[in-house]
Amino acid sequence: MKKFMPLILLIILIIFPLVYQNAYYQHLMILVFIWVAIGSGWNMIAGFTGQVSFGDAAFFGTGAYTAGLLAHHFGISAWWGMAFGGIMAMAVAFPFGWICFRLRGAYFALASLALNEVCRHIATIAEPLTQGMVGILIMPTFVSKIPYYYIALALAVVSVISVQFIMQTKWGYYFLSIREDQDAAESLGIDTHRYKMVSLNIAAFLTGMAGALFMNYMGFIDPEVVFSLHDISIMAILVGIVGGVGTIYGPAVGAFVMVAVHEFFRTGFFGFFKGLAVLTGSDFLNIAAKYISHAHVLGFGILVVLVILYLPNGIVGDWNKLVGKLVPFKKKEAAT
Amino acid sequence: MEVFLQTLVAGILKGGLYGLIGLGMSLIMGVMGIINLAHGQLMMVAMYITFVLSHYLGIDPYLSLFVSMPALFLLGVVIQKYTLNPLMEVDSILPENQVLMTVGIGMVLTEIARFIFTSDYKSVRTSYSDATFFLGEISFSIALVIAFFIAIGFTLFMFWFLLKTDIGRSIRATAQDKDAALLMGVNSKRITVITFGLGSALVAAAGTVLMPVYYLFPDIGGPFTRKAFVITILGGLGSTVGAIFGGLTLGLAEAFGATYIGMAYDDMIGLLIFILVLLFLPGGFKRLTKI
Repeated sequence: MKKFMPLILLIILIIFPLVYQNAYYQHLMILVFIWVAIGSGWNMIAGFTGQVSFGDAAFFGTGAYTAGLLAHHFGISAWWGMAFGGIMAMAVAFPFGWICFRLRGAYFALASLALNEVCRHIATIAEPLTQGMVGILIMPTFVSKIPYYYIALALAVVSVISVQFIMQTKWGYYFLSIREDQDAAESLGIDTHRYKMVSLNIAAFLTGMAGALFMNYMGFIDPEVVFSLHDISIMAILVGIVGGVGTIYGPAVGAFVMVAVHEFFRTGFFGFFKGLAVLTGSDFLNIAAKYISHAHVLGFGILVVLVILYLPNGIVGDWNKLVGKLVPFKKKEAAT
Repeated sequence: MEVFLQTLVAGILKGGLYGLIGLGMSLIMGVMGIINLAHGQLMMVAMYITFVLSHYLGIDPYLSLFVSMPALFLLGVVIQKYTLNPLMEVDSILPENQVLMTVGIGMVLTEIARFIFTSDYKSVRTSYSDATFFLGEISFSIALVIAFFIAIGFTLFMFWFLLKTDIGRSIRATAQDKDAALLMGVNSKRITVITFGLGSALVAAAGTVLMPVYYLFPDIGGPFTRKAFVITILGGLGSTVGAIFGGLTLGLAEAFGATYIGMAYDDMIGLLIFILVLLFLPGGFKRLTKI
């Protein structure tokens, strides 16, 4: 049964937009799929290879800008960006990795954070190319959300499957050995620098494709949106950690949870406070509702702290622990 | 030539402050083995304390050092004791959990500041904020000169503290080898707590003395965290002497960059140095000075 769970879930997701034609929920699901792709990329480099990246937005933004600029300057369909966006993200990742993989652990993480900031800076300053803060606007291809839904779903499935496939090959074992002990891996004859590069480039490609899809779907980007540290890079880390670091399906679960949390804050607990304010006519609740809708970054910060302390391996990684805590009597049954 | 000298002076004054910021980061780095990504955010908290004291109570920014430093020491102690130390016992795949935790703490601090003070720019105006004196043709900002000497004072005090006191020796012992220090009877957990507090207090001092000449908004922490990071890489990981040279180098590079290249490239210059150091001097100044 457990083996078929992903398949059953996939069938449900394929049928979902046909049965339930609510544009809002379709929009949320598209975001979830985009985040599955980004999360899988992050999980590849951070979860499996152990090189935590704080700069996923650099790859995401590069992908998005590639798609946008192709359409803006050359009039080529932005869908070409799906392919070129991934390649351009790799073109960013390659020199970055080549230099910065001299750093280990936390220092690499910081270098990637710097990459994030630099990309945002360049996108803001290079106005003739990127229009700076004005951003890039393209016409969406489809009116309905359903084509986007299936394309995003395909991207999410492809990224999960490709991560799963890679982790079963020799590369996957190299990655894991680098994560567990880099010196030991080196002494066994694994070219750690090279395989870290391979892992980073796969991650960048997936993230860049997700960025290009984001451009196509949203129709508008600016440096603050796609190179955002909090909304992209940190969110990618949260997707990875909440779902489960170093698990195949972790990013899928994490993406679902995180998009839900993000939306939960954005809408002020789904309009709960606003409704309460209208009901009681209290000004205080109205103000509280307004604050809460701006507080999603604070929510993310608290979530980071709590998840790392109490759920370090994520929902998928700590599933047994989680079940054991929520259902205490099940444990006793097993013991007797 | 005058422009050159003026830039040199501005760079050195700025560099002294950067050294103080980097010193706190280096201490934490040396003892805990992690980079504190909430460093700039801690500075931001100290700056807001200074702002509140000066704006509502009319206390001089330099006097508020006596409030902001102990306050940040306590905040650092609380962060280390209740969030970072428990993490050592948590079993997880990623060793970078502590770094992620500091990112989370930084986000929480920034957003709380935004909650209380909104995103507006704030500044502390004093009678000496814009005052200058001249040596020859070169102008010195009085506030920056005072800040520079306070920074130097704290740096020297820190060296005395690390070299001559018992706690200082324990800190250095823990930084060199945690297990060996433990065997020698050093309570290394307590030392990590004290070190984080000290690092926070140092960055608080930097933030407070910067306040009369600088502006303040909740997101100011991020750029300073990045600067502190570049300084630590420049100086060599965990090296206190290196942090000071790193701070001076970054200050000079930024000043010359601003004069001869352009103000917009502030952040880029830090990164350029960072990449050059990685390429040509991995290990930073620590490799040259051996301290």
